[in-house]
Amino acid sequence: MSYHTHADLGGRPNAQAVRPEPETEIFHAAWEPRALAVTLAMGATGSWNIDMSRAARETLPDYAQSSYYRIWIAALEKLLAERGLVRPDELQAGRALHPAAPVARVLQAAAVPAVLAKGSPTERAATTPARFQVGDAVRTRAQRVDHHTRLPGYAHGKRGVIESVQGMHVFADTHAQGLGEQPQWLYRVAFSSTELWGDDAAPGFSVALDAWESYLEPTA
Amino acid sequence: MAHEHDHEHSELDEMTLRVRALETVLAQKGYIDPAALDVLIDTYQTQIGPRNGARVVARAWADPAYRDWLLRDGTAAIASLGYSGRQGEHMVVLANTPQRHHMVVCTLCSCYPWPVLGLPPTWYKSAPYRSRAVKDPRGVLADFGVTLPESTEIRVVDSTAEVRYLVLPMRPAGTEGFSETELAELVTRDSMIGTGLPQEPAR
Repeated sequence: MSYHTHADLGGRPNAQAVRPEPETEIFHAAWEPRALAVTLAMGATGSWNIDMSRAARETLPDYAQSSYYRIWIAALEKLLAERGLVRPDELQAGRALHPAAPVARVLQAAAVPAVLAKGSPTERAATTPARFQVGDAVRTRAQRVDHHTRLPGYAHGKRGVIESVQGMHVFADTHAQGLGEQPQWLYRVAFSSTELWGDDAAPGFSVALDAWESYLEPTA
Repeated sequence: MAHEHDHEHSELDEMTLRVRALETVLAQKGYIDPAALDVLIDTYQTQIGPRNGARVVARAWADPAYRDWLLRDGTAAIASLGYSGRQGEHMVVLANTPQRHHMVVCTLCSCYPWPVLGLPPTWYKSAPYRSRAVKDPRGVLADFGVTLPESTEIRVVDSTAEVRYLVLPMRPAGTEGFSETELAELVTRDSMIGTGLPQEPAR
């Protein structure tokens, strides 16, 4: 395996408390809103898609040691460098040293409200019938894959039940690799706590997640 | 001798300088409109936040027909109040009941319903929340000071695709006759993620 994600945290040992914060506390340094905005504005140029962004972030070697917006900036620099849009010497100098490469679009201030309100829907018209229906018993794939994926490690090789059929959606795995949208049916699948964590799982809860059709196999 | 503080102006921290350099290069290359950055920041600081979601919840509490629509087609029902788009393109609303309490997490990154809740809080993106929510949800709720009856099943929902989840908390008792505005004031952000409960009405 050459692809390694540092972001697949579900169920990892972690003894730290979660620290609640007031509703109004969104940023903790003045550079954080700038980091957010510059990431959104570059995303709007169409030079990469959201799944490529996630892949760039989750593969950063210092992911676990970094704050969230630091991860965003490091991934943004990586995406820009990979595409020849900005070179490392320019970041060092703090100014442009090489000619700009073409981008598909530039997000203008006046267009921001409309662009945000539209978003980037991932549902596509159904081209095949859904393989599974609500109530079907399924098992998630057990094997690891050597690329970005959205099946968390804790839910590999687990038996669950289809709870909702969510339409056909752009397939994150191929989209992240530049292999196109290749839409697939998406399902919400529910798992018992004991299926995920064994007989000594904490009582009284269950987990559901969204899984693309190719993550799932029918079970008897 | 007066203290000199000039060094404070030159010792800007690493991330401030790094983001500023990046912003400058991107603007010089014509990839971004600097004015667009200001609009983006203003939008998420002053316009898009959890008061949007609170309005949705209050409407659902007050209007049974709206509640049915919201649970059947969250995207359309939420859009009817003017909230749509980025990171909320496909909305599903999950209603809490005495039997089931929903709690939303994104174990793989930080997926969160921006049009109704704004940007995610730091704890939502943190390793403790993402690690523990799917394995020890009652322990996580205890960190928020929330204890639920043993008879209530907790359903943790991991946002692993582009569907975004909003929790519809139960309407607090003692709110008969409240206006939607009064109801919305009781709706906390955390109650719409499932790590909290709505506020009780003042006596």
